[in-house]
Amino acid sequence: MIEVSDLRVRFGATEAVRGVSFSVPRGGSFGIVGESGSGKSTVLRALSGLNTDWSGRMTFDGSPLAPRRDRAFFRRVQMVFQDPYGSLHPSQTVDRALSEPLLIHRIGDIETRIARGLAEVALPPEMRFRYPHQLSGGQRQRVAIARALMAEPEVLLLDEPTSALDVSVQAEVLNLLAELQRRRGLTYVLVSHNLAVVVHLCPVVGVMQGGEMVEQIAADDLRAGRARHPHTQELRALSVELEEPEGADAATVKAGA
Amino acid sequence: MLVEMRQLRIGFPSPRGETEAVRGVSLTLGAEKLGIVGESGSGKSLTARALLRLLPGNARIRADRLAFDGIDVMTADEPALRRIRGRRAGLILQDPKYSLNPVMTAGRQIAEAWRAHKGGSRRTAMAAAVELLDQVRIRDPARVAQSYPHELSGGMGQRVMIAMMLAPDPELLIADEPTSALDATVQAEILRLIEDLVSRRGMALMLISHDLPLVSHFCDRVLVMYAGRVVEELAASDLSRARHPYTRGLLGCLPSLVHPRARLPVMVRDPAWFGA
Amino acid sequence: MNAISRQWLLSEAPASRRQAAWGRSYRGWLGFRRNRLAMLGLIVILLMIAASLAAPLLTRQSPAAQNLANRLAAPSGAHWFGTDELGRDIYTRILYGGRVTLGMVVAVVLLVAPLGLAVGSVAGYLGGWTDRVLMRVTDVFLAFPRLVLALAFVAALRPGIGSAIIAIALTSWPPYARLARADTLTIRRSDFIAAVRIAGAAPPRIIARHVVPLCVSNVIVRVTLDMAGIIITASGLGFLGMGAQPPTPEWGTMIAASRDFILSQWWVPTTPGVAIFVACLAFNLLGDGLRDVLDPKQP
Repeated sequence: MIEVSDLRVRFGATEAVRGVSFSVPRGGSFGIVGESGSGKSTVLRALSGLNTDWSGRMTFDGSPLAPRRDRAFFRRVQMVFQDPYGSLHPSQTVDRALSEPLLIHRIGDIETRIARGLAEVALPPEMRFRYPHQLSGGQRQRVAIARALMAEPEVLLLDEPTSALDVSVQAEVLNLLAELQRRRGLTYVLVSHNLAVVVHLCPVVGVMQGGEMVEQIAADDLRAGRARHPHTQELRALSVELEEPEGADAATVKAGA
Repeated sequence: MLVEMRQLRIGFPSPRGETEAVRGVSLTLGAEKLGIVGESGSGKSLTARALLRLLPGNARIRADRLAFDGIDVMTADEPALRRIRGRRAGLILQDPKYSLNPVMTAGRQIAEAWRAHKGGSRRTAMAAAVELLDQVRIRDPARVAQSYPHELSGGMGQRVMIAMMLAPDPELLIADEPTSALDATVQAEILRLIEDLVSRRGMALMLISHDLPLVSHFCDRVLVMYAGRVVEELAASDLSRARHPYTRGLLGCLPSLVHPRARLPVMVRDPAWFGA
Repeated sequence: MNAISRQWLLSEAPASRRQAAWGRSYRGWLGFRRNRLAMLGLIVILLMIAASLAAPLLTRQSPAAQNLANRLAAPSGAHWFGTDELGRDIYTRILYGGRVTLGMVVAVVLLVAPLGLAVGSVAGYLGGWTDRVLMRVTDVFLAFPRLVLALAFVAALRPGIGSAIIAIALTSWPPYARLARADTLTIRRSDFIAAVRIAGAAPPRIIARHVVPLCVSNVIVRVTLDMAGIIITASGLGFLGMGAQPPTPEWGTMIAASRDFILSQWWVPTTPGVAIFVACLAFNLLGDGLRDVLDPKQP
């Protein structure tokens, strides 16, 4: 479905992404994990068409992608942003946010589609005419997901979709994303700094460091500790360490990696 | 006891009367490491800030007792509060970007903090600042002392912040989500540093975070807050034996690297927790 | 059809687009109403506009009717504010003059605000050479003092109300363009604009539907605060003989015509002066209040 090969992105003198390649099959999920400044979000922005200044080769459904995308592309590929407080227009109601993609793509039947869209992300119908400030963080992120799904895309690009949320809300949103994928056969590209979140949703994970994808590894191999690259091993060790509540292995944790 | 808090309540005026954000929190703290854990809106930050009277202007605060080392914080006047804030109790905030003065070098900010509490010449203060930067394990303290905040990474900025707070030798360090803006690898280093410094200097630590497993690694005791109340208090080593369904829910709903699950358990919030 | 009640307006769960929009406006109004001074400003402005529109009902005299036998009369029961050098009733002329002065202000604002908004948001959103060209043009207009430039324009055209309006409009749009551009630059970088771009919206749609609504509030506040300046420029042009021509009653022109009697018959120039002062003050108070209510950062 998506193939990226030798993607490079420069910001002025620095190269933020230095030759990244990966592919995602239709209906599959690919996770990109890395720390801030590793270039993971930059990859996603180039893929989404928000950043047009890149070189390399990207194909979508067999055909190569130009830096500028047409409207048909945006009908098939959508994105969910990290900060649900910043990704909704502060003076527009949920209704307006959800109807915008339908108006842009000239899709009719707005009333029923919005009702269905809200139901799909498990938001009650009375949320429809609220403003973003009247919603909680989790509800906003659900609205953002519903908005991304309005034009019935095939690919969802997820940029840290849960890192601004409380852990209990994160669980709800992750469940929702898993369920939507199952129901609609969506293809996901998920970017996160949280290894556990990425592995939870994605069977294949690419680890980025300093603009390069240093390792691509199957989630099962990562769980079993079969990572080859030291950065992957470090991220895994930290994630495992902090996952186990204080107890039996407390001494080893404090000794530190 | 360094900190005594009994039945702390913090309310905010709203169109429908007063809404209480903290509803009767009691705690005591000696020279130990206490974690306060809760989700956004649980009142964890307000609770800690109330101790230094650093609350938003419209907050109404009530408590049966709120004392720092025997000083009644509720009745203390502004000069008395200033002697506590920054001197006897340091506060580290989430993002060093906003807590550091952008037009002053890191070294000078630490030196100013040192001089404000200890006096002395500019030169001795600067030497002390470099020494403090060394204590927070900055490899090249002299160079970092000459840097402006924007030239420092997030982790480095937070170290500078810690050094600044340590300058007056405080007895209590309040760290409000000190690492949530940092990368996982840096986060562990900073928390280890804080824990180590606190233990070595025999200080008290109040670590506020939304991350229960993380806190339990660096504290002796954990308070779990929900909707302005403490729902459970337990020794960090007993976390796996938590009894309250909210605490168990917080632990259970995290995605796990080692134990894959198709569906994460979702917390069903029992209205009874609100009153409990 | 729902009755418009307080509950309906303040509902946390509006049932229609209309209710949501009205509820939002009503909350803004409640916030505005708490600001006493701003309310005072609003009431004064509404009263002045109403009085000048209802001038024929409030006075039976004509603003042009001369009575040379009774020139420069002091205020009395018959002539509340006295009469001017041609024996015309000043009270009547103030009322009718409000139509001209306030009308000029409204006309200027209607020309200036949309122009400034359009130039600023387009320049800010598109950036690149569009931005450079539009902003250099703006700078050229900003480089001259407003009154001097307006004077030059009027002199090049033909003295009169119409050319005064055009001259003031031409010289007062640049600050709005700068303001709208600055706002657009911050708005452009936000995630919600990225989200509409991802939804496939073209730049004109993004600017018109998503950027401009957020710039409008700042521009409205700025316009309200600038109203005073516009009134003074309009009056200034009138005073210099470049605006409304006698015998049209206009506050600035009235002061100009009576400048010979400033010391002897103080009420002749003072009355229109007070009218200008009150109008400017009221617009300033209103602008301050609007700034608090329309702050886009607050919901």
